Amino acid sequence: MMILGIPAPLLFGQLLLGVINGAFYAMLALGLSIIFGMLNIINFAHGALFMMGAFAAWLMLHYLGIGYFPALILGPLVIGAFGIVLEKVLISRLYKLDHLYGLLLTFGLALVIEGLFRNEYGSSGLPYNIPRALSGVTDLGFMYLPVYRAWVVAAALVVCLTTWAIIEKTPLGARLRAGTENPALVRAFGINVPRMITITYGAGVALAAFAGVLAAPIYSVNPDMGDNFINTVFAIVVIGGMGSIMGSIVTGFALGVIEGLTKVFYPQGSATVIFLVMVIVLLFLPRGLFGKAA
Amino acid sequence: MSATTETPAPAAAPAAHGIFGFTRAQAVAFVVMLAAIVILPHILYPIFLMRVLMGALFACAFNLLIGYLGLLSFGHAAFYGMGAYLGAWALKVWHLDAALAILVGGATGGLLGLALGWLAIRRSGIYFAMITLALAQMVYFFCVEAPFTGGEDGIQQIPRGVAFGLFPLHSDMAMYWFTAAIFLAGFLLIHRVIHSPFGQVLKAIRENEPRAISLGYRVQDYKLIAFVLSAFLSGIAGATTSVIFGIATLDGVVSDRSGDVVLTTLVGGLGTVFGPVVGAAVTTAMENYLAQFGSWVTITQGAIFVVCVLAFRRGIVGEVAARLKLSL
Repeated sequence: MMILGIPAPLLFGQLLLGVINGAFYAMLALGLSIIFGMLNIINFAHGALFMMGAFAAWLMLHYLGIGYFPALILGPLVIGAFGIVLEKVLISRLYKLDHLYGLLLTFGLALVIEGLFRNEYGSSGLPYNIPRALSGVTDLGFMYLPVYRAWVVAAALVVCLTTWAIIEKTPLGARLRAGTENPALVRAFGINVPRMITITYGAGVALAAFAGVLAAPIYSVNPDMGDNFINTVFAIVVIGGMGSIMGSIVTGFALGVIEGLTKVFYPQGSATVIFLVMVIVLLFLPRGLFGKAA
Repeated sequence: MSATTETPAPAAAPAAHGIFGFTRAQAVAFVVMLAAIVILPHILYPIFLMRVLMGALFACAFNLLIGYLGLLSFGHAAFYGMGAYLGAWALKVWHLDAALAILVGGATGGLLGLALGWLAIRRSGIYFAMITLALAQMVYFFCVEAPFTGGEDGIQQIPRGVAFGLFPLHSDMAMYWFTAAIFLAGFLLIHRVIHSPFGQVLKAIRENEPRAISLGYRVQDYKLIAFVLSAFLSGIAGATTSVIFGIATLDGVVSDRSGDVVLTTLVGGLGTVFGPVVGAAVTTAMENYLAQFGSWVTITQGAIFVVCVLAFRRGIVGEVAARLKLSL
């Protein structure tokens, strides 16, 4: 079967890869957005924390015998707790300063974290097998679907939509949104805003770590895996604008798909297509697709 | 950066005294720097000093944006690296004069800066940082694919050639004096620009952009001109470095290079005149010393970032200037 002169299995295969990349873009962009909303800093350590999530899964398996599914819960908890320590000890000291200092601090943290992991584990990458329950392939008739890949997309969707629901539909989320709008006023109502900020950072980091655990069986676990993703995710955040939770999710998935399709129709452009979309968006909608007025 | 930072208040009246608007303290510092440039090559390895000088020029160019306009670029490697490639190409393939080849590198940086800056100045603050980072990443991918860069090998065995048709640059000392002249020209150009009415407008934009707009200044034009100038000088630094070492590789465009120049400027002192120079000496010496320890370079760089941001935001020169109540 051919679609637009492209063999259908190739087209669907790349489309699936695009959706999977999109799932990671969406989770990372979402984490950056909620952190930005509360802390007003852009977390340059996000890629490093994503990488730490993948390493957490690998370390748990090799030293503690903890399997994939427990790691999917424990990894984000451990790395999220690490994020909370970072926020408490370091990042919280900078809130009264220009936001660019927060960016520089998290950039430095990323260098330290990635350097330490590179020192300890080298750059070649460590294998992490797909758990048995999720291995294998399903025949969908028009293409073969690896079960693990379907699982990644489903898990990412559930986590993204749950995050969206918590922020948009629950009392906790309402406080969070109020804190984003006007922290001084929320504080006057007796809500502990600094604690809310800490928890938000921890949650954003946990989201990155969750993505990291999901990524461990697909990409080899190596210290640079976050770096490869995060620059693209920054472009996606610029495209979507950080004002909207749903916007980050939609933009993440959409750009993954666009990247996948580019691989089919114009392979040479696949590395740069997301950056080109960013250029076009900047030309016509400088605030991003879902960005609010400055 | 904006008014919330701890940077000391900028010097008052522009060009009120001395040549090129140096205050007395700055004039003294400048003489000290000149003396160091003349004496040090007889004590230290000239190749190392040339790396310091070009690192300093690159950081001065970067500092023009962050220090006087409050714009943090995370993509300056694009201008540095493309300048290095085109400068190398001009020297090796077109057989141009070394001075002309370096100008080709600068022009490449400037033109690229015009295109990327035109896009990036549509946003400010952290978005500006992310956009410059992403655009530089695009340039990097382009360089990986494009045939003229030589891919992983880069452009190798670039001859140093002859400067101005008169001075052969084969010996390290000749190359050193040429590099020192380029650095001083760039340094004085930036200093002159900062202390011109144009530079005062840049500071006004940094302090209060809406006010500058309401006073009738075309803020976007000012930002773009400053961006192009900064990119041009970054290209000059990149091209000169490729002439010094005879090689231009992906190492120049990779995003680590953008991080290095941020660190250099931060260590020396954001928004100070001599900070980037001191910062370049410190970070280049550190890289030299740590090179044998592999990834400890990155770890140390990261740790310095963290320490500087938390406890040492003025940087070395900024701290000294604040202690002595001077503007340096």
